Amino acid sequence: MLPSLTLLIVCQFAGELITRTAGLPLPGPVVGLVLLLALLIARGGPDEGMKTTASGLLRHLLLLFVPAGAGIVTQLHVLGQNLLPAIVAILVSTALGLGVTGWVMQRLSRRRAEGGLDA
Amino acid sequence: MSPDLNPLWIYLQSTPLLGLAVTLLAYQAAMAISARLGGHTLANPMLIAIGLIVCLLLATGTPYQVYFQGAQYVQFLLGPATVALAVPMYANLRQIRRSARALVPALLAGSVTAAGSAMGIAKLMGASKLVVLSLAPKSVTTPIAMGIAEQIGGEPSLTAVFVLITGISAIVLLGPVMRVLRINSWPAQGLAAGTAGHGLATARVLLLSETAGAFGGLAIGMNGLITALIVPLLARLFAGF
Repeated sequence: MLPSLTLLIVCQFAGELITRTAGLPLPGPVVGLVLLLALLIARGGPDEGMKTTASGLLRHLLLLFVPAGAGIVTQLHVLGQNLLPAIVAILVSTALGLGVTGWVMQRLSRRRAEGGLDA
Repeated sequence: MSPDLNPLWIYLQSTPLLGLAVTLLAYQAAMAISARLGGHTLANPMLIAIGLIVCLLLATGTPYQVYFQGAQYVQFLLGPATVALAVPMYANLRQIRRSARALVPALLAGSVTAAGSAMGIAKLMGASKLVVLSLAPKSVTTPIAMGIAEQIGGEPSLTAVFVLITGISAIVLLGPVMRVLRINSWPAQGLAAGTAGHGLATARVLLLSETAGAFGGLAIGMNGLITALIVPLLARLFAGF
């Protein structure tokens, strides 16, 4: 538990250092995620301690969003003024995202499965 | 109530224990309420807990900053939890390698479409810059989405709400969109669900098919990485944001 928690913190810290020094427009923890993934690939997978720690942290992931989410209390006027564009943008873009991803995936997989023939 | 005159209230406002206790209690109450409602998608424990806390802050006139003094200790764990997403991603690696040739173009196209069209539509409909930027990562899993929002100058709390509405929309829209476009393979449906509707839509397709669930799971992580890379570029593209 302790070594794996330390590794998670070290990866995040390294991620923050990398994004800041290289000026990358990426969240530090996302770079930390990539670092840990590379480490897991090099090591041939997570050990038991890392599996336990990760599943423990991720089991109550929703709780971790609550403090920032409650910050909506300071943004209620912004949300109220922009509610219609936001809802329309979300509905339309979600339908488009679903369609484009599924369509490209199905088309390319089929083409490969049929040995280069068009589906 | 005259909270300013009450020494106990002054103490409570100065200790992080208040915000910490409120967060943990609200979340556990929210989980109980969600379970009572049969775990329905709309009865999301995160949304209920946020609602409870917002009501409490408004009712007692407590500034968010006072609450956040304690709540920040919960928020701090979000960083390590985001890094820990590498563990479930590693479990999906074999699947990623096997179908990489179809998967990577599909993910790229889906990520750009979801983020770009959301920003474009909101901007055309006259949404404020803050809202347009906060909408950009709305198809991404919440920890990464909030990080992206902060990075590009959006508001993470707005993003958290938009992410949730996106997930619910994806659950509702998945069936009709797949029928109209005749997308009937489980990998394609799962990948679409995870890319456009993150964990919420993935949980939905997992009930239909294990294969769809696996592809949804790997789409969540991959889409998070791709969106983190492309959104700063999209943000610059949209009228020099």
